[in-house]
Amino acid sequence: MKQSNFIIGFSIAAMLFLTSCLDKKETVSDDAADIPVNREMLAELTSPPHVPTPVGKRKAKKLIVKMEILEKEGEMTDGVKYVYWTFGGTVPGSFIRTRVGDEVEFHLQNHPDNKLPHNIDLHAVTGPGGGAESSFVAPGHEKVFSFKTLNPGLYVYHCATAPVGMHIANGMYGLILVEPEGGLPLVDKEYYIMQGDFYTKGANGERGLQPFDMQKAIDEKADYVVFNGKVGALTGDNAITAKVGETVRLFVGNGGPGLVSSFHVIGEIFDRVHIEGGDLINENVQTTLIPAGGAAMVEFRVDVPGTFILVDHSIFRAFNKGALGMLKVEGEEDKKIYSGEIRDDIYLPEGPGIQTMPTTDEIVASEIPAKSFEEQMEFGKQAYMQTCFACHQAEGQGVPNAFPPLAKSDYLNADVDRSIGVVLNGLTGEITVNGQKYNSVMTRQTLSSDEIANVLTYVYNSWGNSKKVVTKAMVDKVKNSK
Amino acid sequence: MKNHAFLIVFAILVLQPLLFAQSKGMVSIKGSRYIPLYGRDSTVVEVNDFEMDMYPVTNAEYVNFVKQYPKWQKSKSIKLFVDGSYLTNWKNDLELKDSEKPDSPVTYVSWFAAKDYCECQGKRLPTVDEWEYVAMADETTKDARVKPSYNEQILAWYEAPRSNENSIGLTPKNAWGVYDLHGLVWEWTLDFNSVLITGESRKDVDKDSDLFCGSASVNATDLMNYAAFMRYAIRGSLKAKYSMKNLGFRCVQDINKVK
Repeated sequence: MKQSNFIIGFSIAAMLFLTSCLDKKETVSDDAADIPVNREMLAELTSPPHVPTPVGKRKAKKLIVKMEILEKEGEMTDGVKYVYWTFGGTVPGSFIRTRVGDEVEFHLQNHPDNKLPHNIDLHAVTGPGGGAESSFVAPGHEKVFSFKTLNPGLYVYHCATAPVGMHIANGMYGLILVEPEGGLPLVDKEYYIMQGDFYTKGANGERGLQPFDMQKAIDEKADYVVFNGKVGALTGDNAITAKVGETVRLFVGNGGPGLVSSFHVIGEIFDRVHIEGGDLINENVQTTLIPAGGAAMVEFRVDVPGTFILVDHSIFRAFNKGALGMLKVEGEEDKKIYSGEIRDDIYLPEGPGIQTMPTTDEIVASEIPAKSFEEQMEFGKQAYMQTCFACHQAEGQGVPNAFPPLAKSDYLNADVDRSIGVVLNGLTGEITVNGQKYNSVMTRQTLSSDEIANVLTYVYNSWGNSKKVVTKAMVDKVKNSK
Repeated sequence: MKNHAFLIVFAILVLQPLLFAQSKGMVSIKGSRYIPLYGRDSTVVEVNDFEMDMYPVTNAEYVNFVKQYPKWQKSKSIKLFVDGSYLTNWKNDLELKDSEKPDSPVTYVSWFAAKDYCECQGKRLPTVDEWEYVAMADETTKDARVKPSYNEQILAWYEAPRSNENSIGLTPKNAWGVYDLHGLVWEWTLDFNSVLITGESRKDVDKDSDLFCGSASVNATDLMNYAAFMRYAIRGSLKAKYSMKNLGFRCVQDINKVK
């Protein structure tokens, strides 16, 4: 018995052992490392929002990347200057496009005018520091190192020189794409977008050259959260474009240094998202999370024309700190998919009772009662413009089929007490005014007896009505009769 | 014999001002013990008394130097000791380009050249510890590192472009009477590469747990370290033959030499 237990135990252990061996057998990287390269090629680098041409069916090559580091002054938003540290002169840095198996010979050039040493950590690199150790370069020098791209995906690269956070906060990040063999499926439009947060000495919008604020960065209190390095890099004339029916692929990265992005396009649903820039594809996504130092590829077909707003859906960042871009789509409208505005209707909440504006029951009487007819007309007009005008309109003409007229109104002139009652208590249900039927709701108005007297006097003495004068006493009488 | 005595007296008379001349333009620094911002082991280091140049070496001074020592002229310098950008802002062996000012700090010089320059003046390059010791003073305090304003000013300079084109002596004099340690150019130090920065700064942080803890807390120390980080980073990125647009030097000498 004991013996058989042992045997069973042993065989289970053996099975586990075998399975784990089997698991290990396949890994892409082993294969990718063996992909042979032939020929040399100088990599095409592009500034955002553009991306280089797709790799297509090309074989793996020795790809020479020459990346120049520039520390230079730029504009964060109108009137606000900032000294950016850049890969290739832009924030984010130049887009690098490779395929699996490429041997990338990376030349990192630190411009002689620069003050600081820099390096580069590419998340696509398998090796210590992602290349940072081998690329630490003083101003006026160039470092060369090489790596083989083993894993397909969209990767962030950034500077990793002390103080790392400051180098990233000043704009030293970008994206490198490693396409699978045969390339990504072709689409009509591809764009390069990268979010970053910036920390300036002055508050958002404070003019002049703004230095970096280390304390705010440590506290992660960003003054600017932007796409492509500055406010408005993707809006107005800088908006990215597409035509109706085209498929758009956005390579979206997040340089940080501090904040995570909730990337969303208002009015679009992402058909496909390569989550975190990897192989896993999610479909029909509204908002995709992009970690600091991470990326995602989002793809969607644009079906209708219009301007689609790209945002970080941590929404104050979009509307108050700059994380806003635009995709302008031109082409034929498709009313089946999106109609546009069909009608502008009056909305009347349903319900049995008369609707009441939220208020306390106590109505404060007008401090200065009207002393004369003229004053009554004057105060009445003020009350009318504040309270009645929106529905009954400036000349008491009302809105056809919705709000009955007060001008030359038979309903109004027929019964003063009824009119006082309507203002006091509201009115709901069908009535006929000047031969037209109305079935609406008027809420009870929050007016004092004085004010009601004034406003009704104004109404009765305007627009061809019966010129009755309504007094406070008349209003109080109706009020108390209930 | 009388003649001899006269000669000796004469020699002393002639040489004495020369001896003092060595100290001209220098200020004496009283040595002490201090903890560097970010040093070998973040332990206390001791600095002896020494004298330091008030200003970085200027273009004009370097022109005189290469006239006297032709081996450091642009075309004659040995490639082992200078790289391709050595004196790249010079028109020829003896003249600066027209765009350069004589009273700007000399840059585009290698460590070998800077070291030899100082030695030819009977001086030497400062050590990192000496340089950092003097550089931690602001206008009023000899150790101003805890003041936020001190660190902010230094950080601001790291962002100011083309400061190497300024003249010497325009930044405020620090409490020791030394100018331009911050705000003009980086400066060579004798043992610039003694603090091993691998270039993988995050790893460097790992090695130095004291610093890591310091960075983890939020206070003035962080800013202080960030400014220092950048100086150590630039030193770590250098090799002795490198020349750089933003890198100059100044000399020091030991006090006992000039008794």
